[in-house]
Amino acid sequence: MEEKKDVQGKLWEVFTQKKTGAPHEHAGSVRAADKEMAMMNARDVYSRRNEAVSLWVVPSECIVASQPEDAGPFFDPANDKAYRNPNFYKTPTGVKQIS
Amino acid sequence: MKESNEALFRYCLRIGDTSLILGHRVSEWCGHAPILEEDIAMANIALDLIGQTKIILNYAGELEGEGRTGDDLAYRRDARDFYNLLMVEQPNGDFAVTMMRQYLVSSYMFLLYSKLRNSTDKTISAFAEKSLKEVAYHVRYSGDWVVRLGDGTEESHQKAQSALDQLWFFVDDMFDADETDMLMFEKGIGADIKSLRIDWNNMIEPKIKEAKLVIPEANNFMRMGSRSGNHTEHLGYILAEMQFLPRAYPDATW
Amino acid sequence: MEATITEAQLEKEFQQKIDSGIVIEPKDWMPERYRKQLIRMMSQHAHSEVVGMLPEGNWITRAPSLDRKAILLAKVQDEAGHGLYIYSATETLGIDRAEMMEQLHTGKAKYSSIFNYPTQNWADIGAIGWLVDGAAIINQTALAKCSYGPYSRAMIRICKEENFHNKQGYQILAYLMRGTKEQQEMAQDAMNRWWWPSLMMFGPSDANSPNSAELMRWKVKLHSNDDLRQRFIDRTVPQAEAIGLTIPDDKLRWNPDTRHYDWGEINWDEFYAVISGNGPCNHERMSARVGAHEKGRWVREAAAAYAQKHLN
Repeated sequence: MEEKKDVQGKLWEVFTQKKTGAPHEHAGSVRAADKEMAMMNARDVYSRRNEAVSLWVVPSECIVASQPEDAGPFFDPANDKAYRNPNFYKTPTGVKQIS
Repeated sequence: MKESNEALFRYCLRIGDTSLILGHRVSEWCGHAPILEEDIAMANIALDLIGQTKIILNYAGELEGEGRTGDDLAYRRDARDFYNLLMVEQPNGDFAVTMMRQYLVSSYMFLLYSKLRNSTDKTISAFAEKSLKEVAYHVRYSGDWVVRLGDGTEESHQKAQSALDQLWFFVDDMFDADETDMLMFEKGIGADIKSLRIDWNNMIEPKIKEAKLVIPEANNFMRMGSRSGNHTEHLGYILAEMQFLPRAYPDATW
Repeated sequence: MEATITEAQLEKEFQQKIDSGIVIEPKDWMPERYRKQLIRMMSQHAHSEVVGMLPEGNWITRAPSLDRKAILLAKVQDEAGHGLYIYSATETLGIDRAEMMEQLHTGKAKYSSIFNYPTQNWADIGAIGWLVDGAAIINQTALAKCSYGPYSRAMIRICKEENFHNKQGYQILAYLMRGTKEQQEMAQDAMNRWWWPSLMMFGPSDANSPNSAELMRWKVKLHSNDDLRQRFIDRTVPQAEAIGLTIPDDKLRWNPDTRHYDWGEINWDEFYAVISGNGPCNHERMSARVGAHEKGRWVREAAAAYAQKHLN
């Protein structure tokens, strides 16, 4: 017997912006055959409760993610650069308006 | 009821009954859609329609002035007192029929509400303003599906064409203007149904063409009657189901 | 030169991460069994949401007022949404939705046995919202702190949304209880039929729960089935009393020493019968799901064919 493989559509990642000025944040994913359908499905699934003023959908396969084994070389080097943090600097007492 | 109120009352029932019965039909899909995302999408459409129904039937109850609420009107009238378009009471059939029906009716609603936005009746214009955004989305959603199905596989194309063919019998009923329509139009409350028909044809034709479908010949037999509450047999079953609880327990509130 | 790390070492490090409260993300190394167990649990959870649409969905067209209709529709729609969130979270473990559905449709995967009971009257809609969703919320609140990131995030979102489900169910019953005599009887009848199956939702007693120990070690489960069940009972009994419903358990009484309710005995034979396919509605539920899937196949194929033609 020939069994046809079922198609549920491609996987898309959905990003929602909660209000203007806020960043788009990952909300979840949907399945859809094309980008228009992906956008509408994202709207129907992730803004049922007024959670979004703007949406992005991205084919999941287009997302390039760092690997856990890269975590050391990627992120640890930023650990010891305290001079990027404003608290690193002591301002003489009485000086105002430096951030 | 004053004569002008009576016409407006009836005008509201036509709008409200159409939303109610279409919402009912769409909600029948809940849990049975071809893909989970469509379950959610169709529930959204049904929710919009039921929300619209509430506004307009409550208003109808106020106009009538006999203390009937929107719920009373929805749950305690018999089929001959319903004025929904015949198209919306047609069974869901397959997904192609449901999407085609949605597209044809949502396009009609879109154009009607675009005009009613300028109604001299404040409640009607506010209702139209709110509903317009919702039905604009329904048009886009169902229109996309009409194109996908019409221009999808051979099988889906045939199903979409057959959906259009069966539903076409109920198109003239949408534009079958009577004296209530005339009166409402003259008073600046309602829409001009004749021009609505032209706009509607202009709206759907390119989409049907994009879907690689053919509009059936104009000389088909057309079913009409919604303006006078003459329905197909389907409405009776819908009401039997929908009204069961309030009818079985007439003294209860829920 | 790369050191070879043995499986045992990886597992040890994995367990240390779990023990120190580090959340596991999809690309992290994980024991094969952890992945398998999560897929089993999560897909079962997703299937439960989707099958769970059916018993309530069949009352949408019969809801007794426009408000009740809208609320119920929104609620059942949420179940679809929750199924979708959990399927998505499960897909991060390397199984796709089509495969999970296949497992459901062939009976390889299970779903919560509660949905194999019929909704016979309107009060059942109240009982499901109040008892079934109430039990689910207790489970899901615990799962929101589980060790697998995508599952935990899905649970947080679901718990937020599900709060209204529980309240709307309770409100339905509260209305019935202050209504006519017939309405009160309807409510009590629903209570009588849904109470015990709701308690079964927490699963077998821990002594008889084959996976419990392992899942707790991995913090996939954080509390025992019995603890969660007791939490549910303690919370629900006063709610029932407040609206005048009687809990169908003559052994039920407050124990001031333990500060918990003592209660009777679950009929585990019934539980296992329902799980193994012999519940009142197993057949209907499966044929509805398989039917929807099969009837929708040509639609999914059309969408795929259209997308292929128009490559967007």
